[in-house]
Amino acid sequence: MQREDIILKINQLLIDEIEIDETQITPIANLKKDLGIDSLDFVDLFVIIENNFGFKMKAEEMTEVKTLTDFYDYVVKRINSN
Amino acid sequence: MSRVVITGMGIYSVIGKNLDDVKDSLCQGKSGIIFDPVRKAMGFRSALTGMVQRPVLKGVLDRRLRIGLPVQGEYAYIATLEALKAANIDQPFLDKHEVGILYGNDSSAVPVVESVDILRSKKDTMMIGSGYIFQSMNSTVSMNLSVIFRLKGINFTISGACASGSHAIGIGYLLIKEGLQEIIICGGAQEINAESTASFDALNAFSIRESEPTKASRPFDRDRDGLVPSGGAATIILESYDSAVKRGAKIFGEVVGYGFSSNGEHISLPNVDGPTRAMLMALKDARMSASEIDYVNAHATSTPAGDSNEAKSIDSIFGKSRPLVSSTKSMTGHEMWMGGASEIVYSTLMMEYSFIAPNINLEQPDEVTSVLNIARVTTQKEIGAFLSNSFGFGGTNSALVIRKFIP
Repeated sequence: MQREDIILKINQLLIDEIEIDETQITPIANLKKDLGIDSLDFVDLFVIIENNFGFKMKAEEMTEVKTLTDFYDYVVKRINSN
Repeated sequence: MSRVVITGMGIYSVIGKNLDDVKDSLCQGKSGIIFDPVRKAMGFRSALTGMVQRPVLKGVLDRRLRIGLPVQGEYAYIATLEALKAANIDQPFLDKHEVGILYGNDSSAVPVVESVDILRSKKDTMMIGSGYIFQSMNSTVSMNLSVIFRLKGINFTISGACASGSHAIGIGYLLIKEGLQEIIICGGAQEINAESTASFDALNAFSIRESEPTKASRPFDRDRDGLVPSGGAATIILESYDSAVKRGAKIFGEVVGYGFSSNGEHISLPNVDGPTRAMLMALKDARMSASEIDYVNAHATSTPAGDSNEAKSIDSIFGKSRPLVSSTKSMTGHEMWMGGASEIVYSTLMMEYSFIAPNINLEQPDEVTSVLNIARVTTQKEIGAFLSNSFGFGGTNSALVIRKFIP
């Protein structure tokens, strides 16, 4: 799966599953402050990522993930490492 | 001591999704009972149930407020919206005042089943997601509604089996009467699904008159063969009289008596003594005699033993004055955790519009139930005061007396 396809899929999942407003989705958006993703939403993101990308997110790896770009990079890295 | 009045009501029921529709159904003696093929396929002895469409809340509530809400919470949300609107209470008012919630609920089966199914299949608790815990707990309705409406007063759930909704109103009444709260959102909610009723079906307690769903719930009738499970939600806004006057609120009725008791006997078989003591306590609390009650909304669920014992109990208190009696469960089925609250809504509507809803399907009473003065057809009648009974497993009993408001 190409990086661009992964980004498109993540964005669509955020819109459909977490109900993030499409206009708020920009690469520099902060997940918590700009997109309002709280600790409970992260629990749901865990489920969404495993169901759609086939790997388990690890909480300890998410500490450095602040922006959407960080999140794209994390997902791409995990997919490629599989 | 504060006087306690009803300033708002809302209902989401198998006989109507709002007060107007429910009032019409009560007048017409309309049944909300269907045959559910899903239950039959699952192995139910009886596939009969009350049924109402699930509310669509996407676009109404944001995702975080919806995700922890089970189906009975959705019913309760719609009923509470209607009740708050009737009470002329908006969000800015709720933000500025200490309004509480006491809701009756005693199960939340589907989220428990679904979350454990996920765990068994995925072997990983993290795959359960964030919503199920808030949907699974018995306190799910008060927990969710207190967040949705940003409530700041008392906040918990009453679990008292099929008397839950009635006890919630009773406890709310006591708190306001004692001056501890000014306004409490009270009510009862009941999920409608196979998962929550399967183990109840196992007790042979449900009617098996599957060929005639709308005739299956027939309280007090000689040929009654069991109850029909049902559900929905009902909300009552209880308020101190002073607060209601200050706000210029419409008053639907006054709660004047609450009686409670425990049978101290069998876990599922009702008796005569327990309900009798609850009714007498409610009348004493109301400082009213039996002859001042114009209508008794019976608990009567259409089971052979339950209706018979309640008939004896009602007769022992009201045998002289013989007020009209009906069981609205003949139309709604047994709304269980919700029933004690919904039947206050039904009876208060009757009081407001001066009629008594019929006990449908009563073709021939038996030797015991024939002692009661049962309304078989819709009856025009001024109701000055009514008494509503609710009983549940474990022998819990609740009786409420509501009076037309006289300043």
